[in-house]
Amino acid sequence: MAQAAAAPKKKIEAVPDKLHVWPYLVRLEFLCAIVTIVALTVWSIVIDAPLEEAANPTKTPNPSKAPWYFLGLQDILVYFDPWFAGVVAPVLIIVGLMLIPYLDVNPKGNGYYTYHERKVAIWVYCFGFLVLWIALIIMGVFLRGPGWNLFMPWQYWDPHKVVALTSVDLPYAFGVRTYNGAMLFGGMVLSAYFAIGTAVYFFMERKALKSVGFVRMFIKIQLLLIMVGMVIKIVLRLGFNIKYVLVTPWFNI
Amino acid sequence: MASNSPQIPSIAELMDKIKSGKIFTEIAKEITESQIWTSSFRHGYADTPRNRVLQIASNVWLHLHPVKIHRHALRIKFTWCMGGITFLLFLSTVVTGVILMFYYRPVGEYAYYDMKYLQYDVPFGMLMRNMHRWAAHAMVITVWLHMFRVFLTGSYKPPREFNWVIGVFLVTFTLLLSFTGYLLPWDQLAMWAVTVGTNMARATPFLGNEGPFAEFVGATPRYDARSLLIGGSVVGPPALLRFYVLHCIFIPLIAGALMIVHFWRIRKDGGISGPL
Repeated sequence: MAQAAAAPKKKIEAVPDKLHVWPYLVRLEFLCAIVTIVALTVWSIVIDAPLEEAANPTKTPNPSKAPWYFLGLQDILVYFDPWFAGVVAPVLIIVGLMLIPYLDVNPKGNGYYTYHERKVAIWVYCFGFLVLWIALIIMGVFLRGPGWNLFMPWQYWDPHKVVALTSVDLPYAFGVRTYNGAMLFGGMVLSAYFAIGTAVYFFMERKALKSVGFVRMFIKIQLLLIMVGMVIKIVLRLGFNIKYVLVTPWFNI
Repeated sequence: MASNSPQIPSIAELMDKIKSGKIFTEIAKEITESQIWTSSFRHGYADTPRNRVLQIASNVWLHLHPVKIHRHALRIKFTWCMGGITFLLFLSTVVTGVILMFYYRPVGEYAYYDMKYLQYDVPFGMLMRNMHRWAAHAMVITVWLHMFRVFLTGSYKPPREFNWVIGVFLVTFTLLLSFTGYLLPWDQLAMWAVTVGTNMARATPFLGNEGPFAEFVGATPRYDARSLLIGGSVVGPPALLRFYVLHCIFIPLIAGALMIVHFWRIRKDGGISGPL
């Protein structure tokens, strides 16, 4: 038994760690290319690309949908104004992705699959990618009908579906009825969210401050708070009919 | 060579050869010793370590690779093959796209009818268009999966931080390539999807006419970020021409340049990542 276990181990050690690219990698790439090209050709023979009637600027389809890969962004238009959902959010996604290697200073998990050595990183990325990006795209493609209303797959896309617009702003819900008071209230709620979130994070990670650095930790927690804030806003809107948190003459959040 | 009369083997003998696999070496021998083969190829390929290295190092297309790689880099379970497939799909869209360009004019009056012509009159036109579109859609998916794999393996960690940044640019340009191409069929689907997409630009803070603080900059519907993008205040023929040029020339050039950097950096950063 012991001999049988020792024998294959010895064999593995004898295998060289580096291999010639020719033939081992080139043949793999070749096979992969053939499979891909065959799949693409079959797909292209079987399913035709869509071509609708000629473009007509006087005839707006309902619903008008962006290309499917942008439907996640189009869907958060329900919860945010276009300047955020259409401009600031995509910029934050791109910049945030670029910053990942500079914010994640955990030296473990470099070059192999691991969950236990970098749980938070995996969770944040999977949540952002699978839920906030992919799930919203699936929802946008299949469940959003006329008027951008939500329809289940078995429901008829009724263009005259009436959805009551009863949402109110957060300050109004708390009884703040004056314009300036509402602005002050909303600004305070928003500032408090970021200030408290940042403070709690810095307190919990105070030991890491010296090794990770203030700027890095600060940017990291701001991006995380924005991401979590988007989820909070969606929940506020869907669960509590809250339209805006902060209303100003220039922009609303 | 064929001087002695051919012997016809019995069925049992033949089955034996097929079962043992000997038949393949015999067929290979029959081919490589034929007059046609020996006159075409002056000498055989000796499978020596030196030749294996030269196959890569002295070939302009293959020398993108290192001559040796780590064993783990071959595992599809590790790489998912997604980066390579994305590049292959990009090349497919380049080839099919160039063919489509022979038949398509990015002019408001012609574009849609050129699509019809392509689909119904041009030999293999429909297939070229299908392959172009499906490869573009597939490329969006594979590039996301590639990015997901790179994240899950922590491959953006030092020394590969910069290549991750290049990769994020490439993801963005993949989406922009697909988006600019979306308008070109010039049908209802194209026009309104791009209208929805580009409408966002007018909400750009400071630079869009409906964005926050636009009044301090003086952005108007005819003079803001959106009109720069589509050459007017609605998605019309100028937008079609702009998107065509962006789609066929500007973005592919930039994306191609970034791809060169991306692939080069893989090697300079020590090959694809792995446990060391």
